[in-house]
Amino acid sequence: MIELENVSYTYGGGELLSNVSLQLQPGSFHFLTGPSGAGKTTLLKLCYGALLPTSGRLSAFEEDIARLDRDQMALLRRRIGVVHQDCQFLDHMTLAENVSLPMMVSGRGETAQKDDLTELLGWVGLGTRLDALPPELSGGERQRAALARAVILSPDVVLADEPTGNVDWEMSQRLLRLLVELNRMGKTVLIATHDLSLIRAAKSQVQARVLRISQRQIQLAGADL
Amino acid sequence: MSQGTIRGLLKRDARADRVVPPTGYTAHLTLFVSGAMAFLAVFALALSLASGRLADRWGTELAGAATLRINAPAEQLAAQTEAALTVLGQTPGVASARALTREEQAALLSPWFGSDLPLDTLPIPQLIEIIEGDPGLDAAGLRLRLGAEVPGAVLDDHTRWREPLVEAAMSLRRLGWISILLIGGATAAMITLAANASLAANAQIIEVLRLVGARDRFIARAFVRRFTYRAFFGAVVGVLLGMTSVLLLPEASDEGGFLTGLGFQGIGWLLPVLIPFLGAAVAFLATWTAASRKLKELS
Repeated sequence: MIELENVSYTYGGGELLSNVSLQLQPGSFHFLTGPSGAGKTTLLKLCYGALLPTSGRLSAFEEDIARLDRDQMALLRRRIGVVHQDCQFLDHMTLAENVSLPMMVSGRGETAQKDDLTELLGWVGLGTRLDALPPELSGGERQRAALARAVILSPDVVLADEPTGNVDWEMSQRLLRLLVELNRMGKTVLIATHDLSLIRAAKSQVQARVLRISQRQIQLAGADL
Repeated sequence: MSQGTIRGLLKRDARADRVVPPTGYTAHLTLFVSGAMAFLAVFALALSLASGRLADRWGTELAGAATLRINAPAEQLAAQTEAALTVLGQTPGVASARALTREEQAALLSPWFGSDLPLDTLPIPQLIEIIEGDPGLDAAGLRLRLGAEVPGAVLDDHTRWREPLVEAAMSLRRLGWISILLIGGATAAMITLAANASLAANAQIIEVLRLVGARDRFIARAFVRRFTYRAFFGAVVGVLLGMTSVLLLPEASDEGGFLTGLGFQGIGWLLPVLIPFLGAAVAFLATWTAASRKLKELS
């Protein structure tokens, strides 16, 4: 589904990732961990084409990402839902409009059907906040809204960058349950996090592969987790 | 760019248009620039059309006419006038010739000397108005014959002063059209700057739209539509104000000469209606070009 073969990424003269190889199989669940600045976000950005590898080959859905033009890249991103750490909403639009933005830009009807949207927002616990503006939402509400936006097009892959970074333990567990639920629906999930307690909590819910980025390389994490 | 693309770019989609915040100084700048430029374009158009009319009028009114002036002592004036009319009556290309009356000559001099000029006491030459036929007369041949038979006759076929006047009117018309082109160019430049500023200010929104899978065309559309409609509405206001100002100008009169003839006549009144559409087309192309370039830069 998404495959990295000896991918390196250099920025400003420094190599952030070196000869990284990774396969995200359909329906798999991955945690990507490592210290701050290790390259977790960079790896996620490579996976959805926001960055291009300096060397190596990165393919998504059997397409070489480096060969895609901007239109093809847009189509690719509709198959990959992304939850950013800072959520990235349009502050002048309501929650409902923000969440249905992928529907709007992909031309799938004017927007999601109101009932479907209410159901989706109900699934993430925001069914009563449709008309709220992003600045009016709490950290946890923003993360759940970002997750709803990431999955509204029913993507094959969900990438989440520190989805529990700004929320308390209870909310992080709630978000984790939503991501596990998505995986049970057949979605491939990759979560970048430095929160090891989240990974431990997930072990009882899902069979997850834990990867660690260290010294610009990616390794399978050991049993110490 | 196909017609379908253009239709798609201009088609109103209130929800999609909301992705770009409606506020910002670029909105006011676009409205003001398109309004001011449309106002100026109305005057440039009026100037151009009026100059064209003037050139046509001078060209056609004077082209088929000539004047014969008889400078002779008072006692020979009548005889030489009679001789000149005889010569003119025999000259091929002369449709008609007649001596101006005392009253007509006094009327010609009245703008300079007043209406109570005692013409009888002044040595005023006799003027003969010649209307040319088709084909016109041979001025050089006529001059030779008049030189032999009517020594005091001087033929003026108006060429000497008609051509510079017509040329001046034509130059004014050209200036009017050049002004319109410059106004269009300046509008395009200003709207390009405004669109670039708007795109730069909304770079984060563009990033979010790309994150959720928006194609460049979708993003460009939101900006293009907004700038095109703003330019159109600004130009409508500018044209209305410009046409009102032209309407308030004094009507054409002989006393006022060229300046009072500045305005529109007949179907010419419909031409300013095209200005908002041209302004919108300029804004459309300027914003589309700016958006395409900027989106490429931001990728």
